[in-house]
Amino acid sequence: MRRLLLSACAGATCLVAGALFAQEAPRLTGPEPFTKETPAPPMQRQVTDDVRRKRNYPDQPPLIPHAIEGYALDLNANKCLACHARKFTEQSQAPMISVTHYQDREGNTLGGVSPRRYSCLACHVPQTAAKPLVPNTFVDMDALVEREPRGR
Amino acid sequence: MAAIARAWSWFWLNPWVRTATRPPVTLSLAFLTLGGFVAGVLFWGGFNTVLEHTNTEAFCTSCHEMKTNVFEELKGTIHYANRSGVRATCPDCHVPHQWTDKIARKMQASKEVWGHLFGSIDTRDKFLDLRRHLAEHEWARMKANDSLECRNCHSAQSMDVSKQNPRAAAAHEKDLFTGQKTCIDCHKGIAHKLPNMQGVPGWQ
Repeated sequence: MRRLLLSACAGATCLVAGALFAQEAPRLTGPEPFTKETPAPPMQRQVTDDVRRKRNYPDQPPLIPHAIEGYALDLNANKCLACHARKFTEQSQAPMISVTHYQDREGNTLGGVSPRRYSCLACHVPQTAAKPLVPNTFVDMDALVEREPRGR
Repeated sequence: MAAIARAWSWFWLNPWVRTATRPPVTLSLAFLTLGGFVAGVLFWGGFNTVLEHTNTEAFCTSCHEMKTNVFEELKGTIHYANRSGVRATCPDCHVPHQWTDKIARKMQASKEVWGHLFGSIDTRDKFLDLRRHLAEHEWARMKANDSLECRNCHSAQSMDVSKQNPRAAAAHEKDLFTGQKTCIDCHKGIAHKLPNMQGVPGWQ
């Protein structure tokens, strides 16, 4: 009996705490009540300054710092590769797609771009000037390392 | 020889030809010259009106081949909707603006009427099968006339590269201003979807 009471109390505490914390979190699921229609927020401007962005961690897929509107990316044509494929990098002066993109999943080098790497936008994305909906507390690995006292 | 002589005399003895080659008996010279002038004006006006009518987007999209395939694709592109509201219609890019070139293109386009009547691309699948072939025609035409239809609006003289992003500016300075390449060499598939680009120079 006592055990049951204890667990009920613990459950109630969790629920109350959850409800309190939930009120602090920004609402991500649309208006309240959800049947109300609200105007869509304006489209954000794309980042198109052609300046390469630092990766937040070494194996992050690099971001796209230019407009890609109207660029074909389907079975018929891949506009990204018209600049970033190895054979076009001299005339385009664009960064070459990583060597891993010319390998299959066993690490064997292929004659061309690996089919599993063909869909560029699955990993590489352009950026907009939009403010994040929730604050991002991500800390760069290097920043963590720098905080450590040296010479230990 | 005898056959030619017979045909010759048949032609000249034909009552219509005899009437046409004899001087007028009842009509005055003034009537004939002025009448001819008025008839000429009417004919020319009518000809040009019909020609201009066939040069409108409404006319192009009156065929479902154009309306359901290429026109639908155009709607998503910058040549249909953009910040300043200036837009290109079908003939702006696909028909030369100069009169002689326009007539030449219109005569070639009579094959499109044939294609419509006999249904060469009357389904989506037929259209997709022929898309590379059709696109190659347009690329070749624009390559041959140095992308004339692009340049009707986009002139290299008026192109301010300082307003372009560095990537576009560098490419235009290197290839466009030196005349090494023409618009269509790089800007393929900007108003419609692309066919299979395998083997097209500059594409992977």
